[in-house]
Amino acid sequence: MHDTSQTRGGIHLFRYAAPAEFYRLAGKAVPVFGTVAAILAAIGLYLGLFVAPTDAQQGESYRILFIHVPVAWMGMLIYVVMAFWAAIGLVFNTRMSAIMASALAPTGALMAFLTLWTGSMWGRPAWGTYWDWDARMTSSLILLFLYMGFMALHSAIEDPRRADRAAAVLALVGVVNVPIIYFSVQWWNSLHQGSSIRVGSAPTIALPMLVPMIVLTFACWSYCIAVALARARAIILERERGTEWVGALVAGRAGALP
Amino acid sequence: MNWGSLHDFLAMGGYGGYIWSAYGVLALGVAAEIAGVRARLVRARRVTAALRGRAARPRPPAP
Repeated sequence: MHDTSQTRGGIHLFRYAAPAEFYRLAGKAVPVFGTVAAILAAIGLYLGLFVAPTDAQQGESYRILFIHVPVAWMGMLIYVVMAFWAAIGLVFNTRMSAIMASALAPTGALMAFLTLWTGSMWGRPAWGTYWDWDARMTSSLILLFLYMGFMALHSAIEDPRRADRAAAVLALVGVVNVPIIYFSVQWWNSLHQGSSIRVGSAPTIALPMLVPMIVLTFACWSYCIAVALARARAIILERERGTEWVGALVAGRAGALP
Repeated sequence: MNWGSLHDFLAMGGYGGYIWSAYGVLALGVAAEIAGVRARLVRARRVTAALRGRAARPRPPAP
């Protein structure tokens, strides 16, 4: 990719190899994860909307949980992953980690918003209210605000490297909210029910209802990976325009970028 | 199969409004995100190619 004249010293290669390699690999991974997500979503939705039986207590309204639970898990998980990459970027000053954190934030925010939306659509028939300021719901709302704060802070600072560091600090402070969300239904007397699926104990829901939830969870995982990698590629181009590897990429492709 | 007719399916035992609102907003959100990321990638490629298109000639090594 580089002329020998342009790669004097290993440090040069090391500095530019990471985003270049990432850009190439992510370009191959996005369609794979996207296709897997679409197939799993189709299977999961079919199982959830057509195969799973009517719930004895909740009627059909419980079918919202097939999407509510996966997006709620992803909302929390993405935050932890985002904070992890932000921390790595902060400590080692690596560009790719900060780009990953920035690429994950909008997807995490969407998952956090969908958690609140689907939750309130389920809460109304199940509890008689769309919203309650209890621990689970309030901490879930704070999760959405943390994602939005991360994005707002990052876009408010002109220099991307400084923006990375400031947003990383916010992400790290906010990570304390994730265990609060997760354990809120145990720590406080909440309107929200306890977990039906927990690490280390058997699930308390029937198999035909569990399977669509699991399938849609993997669909959600796969979707989030695909969309975050695609966004990371866009951010790489936006931020690495001046580098030699992007120049070589443009030259090699006669202007049409892969 | 739980549903005798399309109407039964859409009605969802009286919870159709809540269920389709939940699934619908999810579908809209996902579609909007995919469209947004695609547009961002297309824009990033276009701007990059425009900026670097004529930069294919040999450049002096970075300092």
